[in-house]
Amino acid sequence: MSQLALRPGRWAGRLASPAWFQRYGVYAAVAVLLLFNAAFTDHFLTVDNLRTQLVQVAPVVIVALGMALVIGTEGVDLSVGSTMALAAALLPLYLGYGLVPALLVALLAGVVVGVVNGTLVAVVGLQPIVATLALFVGGRGLALVIADGQLKQIANPDLLSLGSGQVAGVPVVVLIAGVLALLVAGIVHRTTFGRQLVAVGGNRAAAGLAGLPVRRVLTGVYVLCGVLAALSGVLATARLTASDPSALGNLMELSAITAVVVGGTPLTGGSVRVLGTVTGALLMQLLRATLVKHDLPDSTAQMAQAAIILVAVYVARERRSR
Amino acid sequence: MKSLTSPRPAAVPADAPPAAAAAAALDRQRIASLVQRQGVFAVLLAVVLVSSFVFPSFGTLDNARGVTVQASFLSVVALGMTLVIITGGIDLSVGSVFALGGVLAAWASQYGLLPALLLPLAVCGAVGLLNGLLIARAGMAPFIVTLATLLAARGLLLSLTHEGATTYLVPRGSAFAELGQGTLWGFGYPVLIAVALFVLGGVVLQRTSFGQALFAVGGSADAATLMGLPVARTRVLVYVLSGLLAGFAGALNAARLSSGVTIIGVGMELDAIAAVVIGGTLLVGGAGSVSGTLWGVLLLAVIQNLINQIGSLNSSYQSVVSGGFLIVVVVAQRYLARARLTT
Amino acid sequence: MAPPEAAAAAPPEDTDPAVPPAVLEAIGVGKRFPGVVALDDVSLTLRQGEIHALVGENGAGKSTLIKVLTGVHRPDSGELRLHGQPVSFARPYEAQQAGVSTIYQEVNLVPLMSVARNIFLGREPKNRLRLIDFPRMHREAAELLAGFGVTADVRRPLGSLGVGTQQMVALARAVSVQARVVVMDEPTSALEPREVETLFRVIGELHSRQIAVLYVSHRMDELYRICDRLTVLRDGRLVHTGDLADLDRMQLVSMMLGREVAEVRRHGVTGFGEGHRADREPVLTATGLSRRHQLDDVALQLHPGEVLGLGGLLGSGRSETAKALAGALPLDSGTVTVAGRRLRRLTSAAAIRAGISLLPEDRKAEGVIPGLSVRENIVLAAMPRLSRAGVVSRARQDRIVEVFMKRLRIKASSPEQKVGELSGGNQQKVLLARWLCLEPRVLLLDEPTRGIDVGAKAEVQALVDELAQEGLAVLLISSDIEELVEGADRLVVLRGGAVAGELTGDRVGEAELLEVLAAHGPGAGGGTSGDTAPDEAAEEEQG
Repeated sequence: MSQLALRPGRWAGRLASPAWFQRYGVYAAVAVLLLFNAAFTDHFLTVDNLRTQLVQVAPVVIVALGMALVIGTEGVDLSVGSTMALAAALLPLYLGYGLVPALLVALLAGVVVGVVNGTLVAVVGLQPIVATLALFVGGRGLALVIADGQLKQIANPDLLSLGSGQVAGVPVVVLIAGVLALLVAGIVHRTTFGRQLVAVGGNRAAAGLAGLPVRRVLTGVYVLCGVLAALSGVLATARLTASDPSALGNLMELSAITAVVVGGTPLTGGSVRVLGTVTGALLMQLLRATLVKHDLPDSTAQMAQAAIILVAVYVARERRSR
Repeated sequence: MKSLTSPRPAAVPADAPPAAAAAAALDRQRIASLVQRQGVFAVLLAVVLVSSFVFPSFGTLDNARGVTVQASFLSVVALGMTLVIITGGIDLSVGSVFALGGVLAAWASQYGLLPALLLPLAVCGAVGLLNGLLIARAGMAPFIVTLATLLAARGLLLSLTHEGATTYLVPRGSAFAELGQGTLWGFGYPVLIAVALFVLGGVVLQRTSFGQALFAVGGSADAATLMGLPVARTRVLVYVLSGLLAGFAGALNAARLSSGVTIIGVGMELDAIAAVVIGGTLLVGGAGSVSGTLWGVLLLAVIQNLINQIGSLNSSYQSVVSGGFLIVVVVAQRYLARARLTT
Repeated sequence: MAPPEAAAAAPPEDTDPAVPPAVLEAIGVGKRFPGVVALDDVSLTLRQGEIHALVGENGAGKSTLIKVLTGVHRPDSGELRLHGQPVSFARPYEAQQAGVSTIYQEVNLVPLMSVARNIFLGREPKNRLRLIDFPRMHREAAELLAGFGVTADVRRPLGSLGVGTQQMVALARAVSVQARVVVMDEPTSALEPREVETLFRVIGELHSRQIAVLYVSHRMDELYRICDRLTVLRDGRLVHTGDLADLDRMQLVSMMLGREVAEVRRHGVTGFGEGHRADREPVLTATGLSRRHQLDDVALQLHPGEVLGLGGLLGSGRSETAKALAGALPLDSGTVTVAGRRLRRLTSAAAIRAGISLLPEDRKAEGVIPGLSVRENIVLAAMPRLSRAGVVSRARQDRIVEVFMKRLRIKASSPEQKVGELSGGNQQKVLLARWLCLEPRVLLLDEPTRGIDVGAKAEVQALVDELAQEGLAVLLISSDIEELVEGADRLVVLRGGAVAGELTGDRVGEAELLEVLAAHGPGAGGGTSGDTAPDEAAEEEQG
């Protein structure tokens, strides 16, 4: 048995290889889209338009960050949209005490959702899809019950400024999303928790035998995902200037999963690509905007998204051999 | 050096413990198996009986007819989902395919009954085929493949209806409309069709080689391959079936509503999965039954109906209760499945 | 030199001009996997009605050859012939259709399905409506199994039966199709003695029905008892093929190991040195380890500076014992005491804190995390100690990693290379490093050299030696008897989940180990090199 596996043409095949494509494809795609728009779309590369795009994508990015962590552990969280709705429903009830208490309550809801999901996955041992399906179904119902099915206008100036305010020309929402992306990247790459998370996703049995606190890590991941989803719900509510638990976060789980997958994080776990996830969300947003600017209908955008997802996963499939 | 302790019972294989212990173990298995298979039915029965006493308007034949018609469409979708989940897969595209089938059927109904049925079956079967080929032949994850076709089918539907602006109507009094709205002994045709499909589905699953192959693929795809089963073909076929059933359910629904509603079916895949799981089918594959799914769908429908009966309650309670039910059932499932395989 | 004790067992067909015709032949078969040549120009002829042994050490290519013969893998070169005609099996299904049935080492049936369904999967009996006829299926399954001494309810899920019974069901399935060749990959590894006898009876029946059997096993007694001819593989190459009767045990062993007989006798073939001097006080004491169906009141002590070998056949509870000590297997009862302190809750984390480290048997499934780098795999368990307030310190990690990569001679392009890209031997060293950087008191090694190349094997063995000399208590599990005997200062032998005996001092030897293993062991043979010959049993079986 020779130890050195021969790899002829190692460099030749690298540029177009699936591995390269999985790693950098999403950035290349965003670059191509931007170039295309610079050339063929009027008023695309303006500060105003880019700002709008970023503001629109920010809530997806925040949810997708949490989703990326969950997918890194070979899981998935379907309940993120419902968690957003739950946060949105709770928010108006406590705004009377000020922004901070209301915010805390909303985030607490995210923690609770995460603890339930995490317990079902880590302790009971359910498959993540089923475990989070329950709160996907029940969470929005609960939100509607809390809000009594009503859409509520938001008048709290602090909250509204969170949604529409700017710091040095950058919208607060975008700023928050950016800071969170850095934070999550830091967690994944620089903390014990982050590295344990990746290890648990890469090989759960081995992680357990190496003495890693598998259950605690898994629960923690779902809690983080829940909190990020709740925060996203708060920000989206602030942008809307209304709490709308029946519509807020609908299909968010799909957008978030799409962003993560397109960003190159494998569904098989063991790797979290934070920048890729952010770029994946951006790609989907830019794609939609581009098509809209060229008067292509929403239906085309959906089919284009589907195609991109399939390509991204097909490419990732090549690297699954381990 | 022969310090030989004779092997004690603890090390004897599972099928040879003392007779009494064996019988007890077998009993426990049988009970666990029974609860797993028929537990939902018992719950459904109990809920229906109690509710009939509590709410006089619940136990009426009229109400039963209403509930069953409403449940029939989801049940047909869930039937396909059951087969997919038994193979260890999942089909998220059924909600979109359901809506697509409805739109296609409504459009084609101007040309008669047969086109109204065949067109949605052909297109939705093709979506299923695409799912199956990508999953079984290209080796992609079912979850993500069907997520993509969920988007694609919805996109196709929107482009067919001019971004949802056009709603195709089913001609009044046509044979197709009759299929959705007509009744036999007071029960709508969709109900009877759904029952017939479930009987057929049960026979296929339990009494044909194809059905056995579904269980084998879900239970252990490697073993199924080594035993010479056509694993890839079975997988492709099951997604085609799921697409066909979802499209057919959509067509039936269009016939009932007299139009191809473009906005329905959103989130239906998760309702279907919930019903399947509540019905005792393991999401990891390898075990399940279509009868359980039927009870699961009915249970969800009854819960919804009950919450409507309690006029004072917000209708959102339905999903809260369904979600709660789901947690209870899947957690119970988990422990029952464990009990079944240990002696 | 041992006498050819199974002479009576071998039919004198080789000298007979009327040699039975070949059923299945592999001619010059080659098979490569990324980085490994699994088979290199291997030929094998299976004659009608013969029982042909296929032997070789782990990694010799036995499994790959079987998979080529049964349509799981397609050969890269060479060809297969069935009844003299070239054939090519694209899938296992085609091989089965052609009459080649297989029982794999690990039971390959569907645990959630009933016994009867498993037996008839893909060829269920049908009634007039083309639907499955369950009454008939259950009846036929029960009848079939009765012939194999299995009386379990055929409607029970297969997974609820014992492993041995499952193996018999697999056998029943394989034989009940119209097979002309039955391939058995270590069929007895999970069987009880009683079941082994049944298996041999069934093989006898196959023999009389002129069905060829390819029998893979590394249990010498079994081979000499039932096989006519044999083929020996080593490192993917054909070493020998011929009548078993012409070969005695030592010759066979030396062929498998690739060492001269004299050398095997004198010095052994492993990288281990001489014995160690162990402390009197045990560092680890385990008592009453019990778990339903797996462990039965196992007790053992480990002293600093010794290598304790844990002997026993596959399924004897060796790995389970190691896992139990490392807190990775929930126990019904039992205590583990480390350095005088009893572990209250036996979890992986608690065991690791107490200084117990386990190198698990299944490197891929339970050891490496393939997507992470060499560095991260090494520091995985030690990460909390190398971090401050939950933030990892790269500098500290790098220092540790450098030390261990050098000491264990881990060959990687850099510490940042993904572990999944390394060879098996280097992966194993990475895992060893993971545990050594925790500075454990007790090291449990479960098959540390399985599936790694010869060079790395000797290195790992030498390292084990060195660690023991430094005062570590080492528990060594190996199905390579040579390695076990050479490496261990003391041997505890398990059988059926219980301690069957202990060998110390001069009695740590292959013959003595085999004696304990065979005393009541499967096959009832019990002959060790040059001792007694199980003639009576052999005659009985060859009917």
